Amino acid sequence: MSGVGNYSISIRSFGVHAVLVEWPKEVCGAILNDILQFVNYLENNCLDGAKYEIVPSYNSITLVHRGKPIVFEEFKTKLNTWYEERNATPTKQKFLWRLPVCYDLEFGIDLEEVSEKLGMSVTKVIESHTHNVFTVYGIGFLPGFMYLGGLPTSLEVPRRSTPRLKVQKGAVGLAAKQTGIYPQESPGGWNIIGNCPIPMFDPKSNNPCFVSVGDQVQFYQIERAPYDLCKIEGEVGIYKPEKIKLDA
Amino acid sequence: MLKVLKSGFFTTVQDSGRFGFLNKGVPVSGYMDSFSASKLNMLLANPTDAAVMEITMTGPTLQFEKPTYICIGGAEISVTLNNEPLRHYKVYKIGEGGILSYGRLKKGFRNYLAIKGGFKTPLVLGSRSFYPPITPKSHLTDGDKMAYDSCENFKPNISEIKVAPFLDEKVLKVYKGPEFELLGDKQLKSLFVKEFSIAKEYNRMAYQIEENLLGHKNSMLTSATMPGTVQITPSGKLLILMKDGQTTGGYPRILQLSDQAISLLSQKRYGDVISFKMALRHNLV
Repeated sequence: MSGVGNYSISIRSFGVHAVLVEWPKEVCGAILNDILQFVNYLENNCLDGAKYEIVPSYNSITLVHRGKPIVFEEFKTKLNTWYEERNATPTKQKFLWRLPVCYDLEFGIDLEEVSEKLGMSVTKVIESHTHNVFTVYGIGFLPGFMYLGGLPTSLEVPRRSTPRLKVQKGAVGLAAKQTGIYPQESPGGWNIIGNCPIPMFDPKSNNPCFVSVGDQVQFYQIERAPYDLCKIEGEVGIYKPEKIKLDA
Repeated sequence: MLKVLKSGFFTTVQDSGRFGFLNKGVPVSGYMDSFSASKLNMLLANPTDAAVMEITMTGPTLQFEKPTYICIGGAEISVTLNNEPLRHYKVYKIGEGGILSYGRLKKGFRNYLAIKGGFKTPLVLGSRSFYPPITPKSHLTDGDKMAYDSCENFKPNISEIKVAPFLDEKVLKVYKGPEFELLGDKQLKSLFVKEFSIAKEYNRMAYQIEENLLGHKNSMLTSATMPGTVQITPSGKLLILMKDGQTTGGYPRILQLSDQAISLLSQKRYGDVISFKMALRHNLV
């Protein structure tokens, strides 16, 4: 893990209500960790949480201010100072979430095609997909949609040339360097290899998406019967996803 | 209760927005033309986050079961209350059983109906704004009923205001977006000299622009986007994200619309002409 404030950050205005802070353009755990430490420091010591929202993603954070425009030069100076002065701030508690996926061909509608393209048996694709631990580098595109990093190159398969108009809620997909879960029915161009029965976004909860940027995700294979059970438990809100505390 | 006799083309309930969940991918939502909607809430002495009805193109017919006060504004549409024509930006009392009926759209695209105290559709994650699937409904349908508090006696401080006409304006004031510097000379020249028109694909999520700029080969890591963010795709297509737009994106963000420009663009539709002009940051409060 890197030390504190080791990166050269760039601070730019993003309209009058927001400021963008960028780290070097790399997908890397150390940078993400540095970003999340800074976010935690800002939230706890510097910014009024009721007025600011912070959106972390890969190598950047965007600070959005509700209400009056930000006085940019002044705010930039403060941000630089805050970045310098923060000590070894911890990040928030991170978790490894273990999420069930049913890879039956009924759900994994592209699984056979993917296995052919990768020159790997279906069993091996599933094994490799469940063996890996992924890092959540961002949440966006749709409510509760995770950008997961850490896909092995052996699973890299290009997105479909023609996107589907409808991809099922819970569909688990592969596209280039990414894998992820569609949190709701939506159009989409990823190759669908399975389905996760756990709702990734629950608007009735105060914490509508249990995963946060910086958390980790590992999938495990389930059969159809437990899938149906998880699905019902998820719908009525009693399913508790399995989580493991990670060291900061 | 308010009864939706006819829902119109696309009628929704919107407040000032859903805040606090950007880091979970939840768009801000809320009224598209905040310039017009907030004036109506002000006339009715409502809290700034009171929910209004956003009426798109063809309006609804509504029956009020309890007395209240209302006010309309935004796009110019002929509206009648019990067959009497209404003026925009004027407070009216509606009696029990009153029928508000929307007619022909004359100018602009989105009209707002504000009600004393705001519409009381359910709060979801702190906001009443429709955004499926976070809210069950994407828009009102015939026969829907909506709650509001009745009000017998309200004396507005100001009962009518004149709003400077802006629906004919076509210049969008913009700021540099984070990836503005990626633009080449030719792209810059087109962007600030040419006029553009609204493509067929436009809604509460995004407005697409018909005319492309030169394409590019720049790639970036996914990062935050906001309402008013102008993105350029590799083929040079311009996409302007609006209130229901996604919270992150991977296309270069070349411009950011001012708040005024978001309101103005909300009143545009297919074929309407716009142009971009750099705003002076220090002039805006």
